[in-house]
Amino acid sequence: MQDLLYFIQQLINGLTIGSTYALIAIGYTMVYGIIGMINFAHGEIYMIGAYTALIAITGLAALGIAWLPLILIVALVCAMIVSSSMGWAVERVAYRPVRGKHRLIPLISAIGMSIFLQNYVHLAQGSRNIGFPALIEGGFRFGAEDSFQTSISYMQVTIFVTTLVCMTILSLFISRSRIGRACRAVSQDLGMANLLGIDTNRIISATFVIGAALAAVAGLLLGMYYGSIDPLFGFIAGLKAFTAAVLGGIGSIPGAMLGGLILGVAESMTSGYLSGEYKDVVSFGLLILILLFKPTGLLGKPEVEKI
Amino acid sequence: MAAHNLKHALFCAIVTLIISYPILGFNLASEGTTVTLEGAKTSTVVGVLLAAVIVFLFQLFRDTLMGSLRQLPAVNPLTNRKPMEQSKRLKLDSVLLTLMIIGALIWPFIASRGAVDLSTLVLIYIMLALGLNVVVGLAGLLDLGYVAFYAVGAYTFALLSQYYGVSFWFALPIGALLAALFGLVLGFPVLRLRGDYLAIVTLGFGEIIRILLNNMTNLTGGPNGIGGIPDPTLFGMEFGRRVKEEGNTSFHETFGIAYSGEHKVIFLYLIALVLAVITAIAIRRLMRMPVGRAWEALREDEIAAKSLGLNRTAVKLSAFTIGAFFAGFAGTVFASKQGFISPESFVFLESAIILAIVVLGGMGSQMGVILAAIAVTILPELAREFSEYRMLIFGAAMVLMMVWRPQGLLPMRRIHIELKKQE
Repeated sequence: MQDLLYFIQQLINGLTIGSTYALIAIGYTMVYGIIGMINFAHGEIYMIGAYTALIAITGLAALGIAWLPLILIVALVCAMIVSSSMGWAVERVAYRPVRGKHRLIPLISAIGMSIFLQNYVHLAQGSRNIGFPALIEGGFRFGAEDSFQTSISYMQVTIFVTTLVCMTILSLFISRSRIGRACRAVSQDLGMANLLGIDTNRIISATFVIGAALAAVAGLLLGMYYGSIDPLFGFIAGLKAFTAAVLGGIGSIPGAMLGGLILGVAESMTSGYLSGEYKDVVSFGLLILILLFKPTGLLGKPEVEKI
Repeated sequence: MAAHNLKHALFCAIVTLIISYPILGFNLASEGTTVTLEGAKTSTVVGVLLAAVIVFLFQLFRDTLMGSLRQLPAVNPLTNRKPMEQSKRLKLDSVLLTLMIIGALIWPFIASRGAVDLSTLVLIYIMLALGLNVVVGLAGLLDLGYVAFYAVGAYTFALLSQYYGVSFWFALPIGALLAALFGLVLGFPVLRLRGDYLAIVTLGFGEIIRILLNNMTNLTGGPNGIGGIPDPTLFGMEFGRRVKEEGNTSFHETFGIAYSGEHKVIFLYLIALVLAVITAIAIRRLMRMPVGRAWEALREDEIAAKSLGLNRTAVKLSAFTIGAFFAGFAGTVFASKQGFISPESFVFLESAIILAIVVLGGMGSQMGVILAAIAVTILPELAREFSEYRMLIFGAAMVLMMVWRPQGLLPMRRIHIELKKQE
């Protein structure tokens, strides 16, 4: 019984982390699906989202506002606005001028952007990690009083619910709205979509903005969940999210969700049963194995090489 | 058109404000567990506003500005200059190289100890960048975990000397070969992947190596690293004040000169110089051999190269292995120079710096890469007050380079024959 409870605990922790990975992974997968490049700076955009949210929360606290829903909503909106603007600006400055050149060129440009943004925040806010206030406390507990108890905190519930809501909105947006339809058209054939009168530049900008906004949501949630942030924490999270995107099949939005959840569970099982130090090794190992044996991922479509 | 420009300019200015003001304008300060918010200095706020105004004006008058910029090349006398004749250029190249090597040989005897030490580091970076240049510049394989091979070389020497008392000269080939073996073993499965996937997998591999080094505490000492790595010896002569090992003599006693700490620094510099020159020459020769041509053919057009009968895996694997080999070389020298290594020295940022050197110098161009290695290592030392902006400038330079001059500062020019135009 205890073993089962312990297993369930790891599963819940994994699904919590995994659902935020999925939120970040959407940004990678949408950009890759449309212009076929890895947006290396996406992890940094997520980090900036977390910083903005923290600034907003501290600012509101200084103003004496203590009503929790208001704080959360304002922080979320601020983070989404700043991150989306950042995503838009990054695309404009670093990616649009090199679009359509040799594959390595946008990638190197993206790595440069990632280093730039990391140091931008590092210089502005210092390199030390800063405590993120735990605004949502408490939770449910299961199991006998005197032995191991499975606990689900309200924070974890919040993460689940928020992720679910964001994913639903995104799915509806992609399948129903005009821009969503245009997004799908552009990802199928950019040139053809352009011929049919879709402003492809606008659509590409839109994917960056949407991805960045979701990353900002993840930034706020994970910042609160972990309890501290620093300028480097976007990098590893970005890599993990990219792994999730590849795992599920890059270019596919349901794939990113599935990949994020699988990766999160794999990680938390490793730290629960083996050792916390090796959880990164497991996720990178997983990435390497997937790319070797099923490069298209779980839900991806095989890519045909065109000459 | 003007109205559209105005709207766009306003939008850009507002975005500039949004992305810079919250992050730059407020400083988070943590005291204990409480976090407080402080407003930034007035100068920062003014700077942010100024930036927004500049963006606004630039976007507003972009068409006119860009138009006049296009006229500029006519003023620049270098635009219409004919490229130098091939034979002349080659001669100039070899003269320059000889001068550089002579200068590098004289350098340690006139410069201060600190400067020589820094130059050794520059030479290590030159070796690394030349090695990565084979992988990225020539073969077109983006390797973001290059630092892993560097770590393999350094840790090989450190561990061999710690457990078996192996000297520098034995460890040098072993370290390089082991790094090459790692390259071979890693490369074999992953080189089938497409360009950007390869980049991510190599990045993951670099991180895995670093995490393993950090956590295998019994073997590698974990985050504490390994210390007491011996200095190289010259035919059994040690450079310390006292001889540490049985059977060795000390350098200053053999030659009957006073002991000086500088001898060791200069000796290490010369070793690094010799190895860097060997690296450069070896790669230069390889570039002109069939395998070198195959690298470039594969980079230019994989499908065409395949259809002409090149074995894709073998060619890529050779580039990967050779690149790893030279990283192992550099790693051994680095371990010996520092006397102490820890996983801290082999983080992703290091890979990014080496990649930045290759990119700034011009992918594939040896001369460019060497000059870029010197610039990237020395400039931050010269401008110490700006040293905290070093990585910021790095990142920006990488982006700007890709946007404006993706071929690098000194792009590679290959030997070629031009057909005479028919009159």
